[in-house]
Amino acid sequence: MALIVELLYTLVVTLRDVLPIAVIIFGFQFLVIRKPVPNLRRVAIGFIYVLVGLSLFLVGLEKALFPLGRVMAEQLTRPSFIQAGAVMEQQFHWLNYYWVYGFAFAIGFSTTIAEPSLMAVAIKANEVSAGAIGVWGLRIAVALGVAVGITLGAYRIVVGDPIHYYIIAGYVVVIAQTRFAPKMIVPLAYDSGGVTTSTVTVPLVAALGFGLSETVPDRNPLIDGFGLIAFASLFPIIAVMAYAQLAEFMNRRAAN
Amino acid sequence: MRKGIVKLGLSVASSMKDLAPILIVVAVFQLGVLQQPLPNLVETAIGVLLVLLGLTFFINGLELGLFPVGESIAHAFARKGSVPWLLLFAFALGFGTTVAEPALIAVADEAASIASEAGVIAMTDAAREGYAGGLRLTVALSVGVAIVIGVFRIIKGWRLDLMIMGGYLLVVIMTALAPREIIGIAYDSGGVTTSTITVPLVTALGVGLASSLKGRNPMLDGFGLIAFASLTPMIFVMAYGMVF
Repeated sequence: MALIVELLYTLVVTLRDVLPIAVIIFGFQFLVIRKPVPNLRRVAIGFIYVLVGLSLFLVGLEKALFPLGRVMAEQLTRPSFIQAGAVMEQQFHWLNYYWVYGFAFAIGFSTTIAEPSLMAVAIKANEVSAGAIGVWGLRIAVALGVAVGITLGAYRIVVGDPIHYYIIAGYVVVIAQTRFAPKMIVPLAYDSGGVTTSTVTVPLVAALGFGLSETVPDRNPLIDGFGLIAFASLFPIIAVMAYAQLAEFMNRRAAN
Repeated sequence: MRKGIVKLGLSVASSMKDLAPILIVVAVFQLGVLQQPLPNLVETAIGVLLVLLGLTFFINGLELGLFPVGESIAHAFARKGSVPWLLLFAFALGFGTTVAEPALIAVADEAASIASEAGVIAMTDAAREGYAGGLRLTVALSVGVAIVIGVFRIIKGWRLDLMIMGGYLLVVIMTALAPREIIGIAYDSGGVTTSTITVPLVTALGVGLASSLKGRNPMLDGFGLIAFASLTPMIFVMAYGMVF
């Protein structure tokens, strides 16, 4: 019973999010373009599917994964847990946080694989490139990028470096890669930075950042808790270009 | 009917593949590293089932509804040839989808409490609400502007990489000038603005536009809208932090 109420509530909230989009699209369609929407019935069914799908997805995540993920992030960053597995004598050595890095990597990778907006972009890219860009190839490249990004972001919170050094260094790498990567991949790579962090990744990653900045000494959660998402949207750009560069390199070697 | 069931079964199976990594990670860390039992097994199983169903519906709805609509609007505007209307549509889409984005509302509230704690604004609810509301409008405005710039680029065929690098340069300059408290939030706001419904629509719009304009390549020119939408919020939020 409670589940049904929750489902209906989420459906209403999702509807409220979709409403402005629907108003803009259909408003322009009828007032500016002044032509009926092609296959209106199919499109309407599609919109309903998206609405219902997103609501079920969100309720399911809130039921199954988020509470567990949040508790795990909290427990893994707890000082008593870190001390119990300490490998370094010093009390607060960054190496002692190895399970946190492992969790950051694993959760970054796995949540990105399940991210619906990334699936959408991968499907589109596959279609536009006539199959040259594989749906799974792109998704795995992006997921690896997010995994590395979040791990590095967790390390940054532990050692307390200013965030902009890392981000600016990342920009330099992106610019250098842009020069050498195959031209076709560059726009897609830039886009994949923004699509990685939405419904699945943000809540879990935010919990990790917050837990970490609360328990590491001398960190302020209000300042240091932010920034993981920025890492997660920069590193996929690097990873996707690297994936294309690698593919090109392999092809050239096979040709010779 | 049989065909439909087989198709449904196939898409549920592929959703299962999407979800398997998370389940494995959670199970391994919970049982192996933290060495604790999985709580509420029944509830978790129901949740996973809902996620599976939801993902299946979403992906099917994408192909039926969001992609075709984005593309047909792009084609219609291209045929109509009215650039001002297209740009207005681009702005409305960017602004309208961002201003109500739940992730953005959460980040804006968080930013307001930081600002009041740092003494930038008064420690009152009214001041915080005003600050958070202003921030939300700023980000929504920045995404609207981003989609307009991105669509204009597709029409003109300008080079994406040079424009993005210019954006990076602006981010670096603004970082040097903006107050330290706002930097983390500004950087994060780039990632949270693009929601699950916006991304497929905007992607379809860009690709549709690039494929219906002469001399544009959907692969080279069609992508890049999201990239702008995750870059401009950083610049605008830092500017907002400097003004206040």
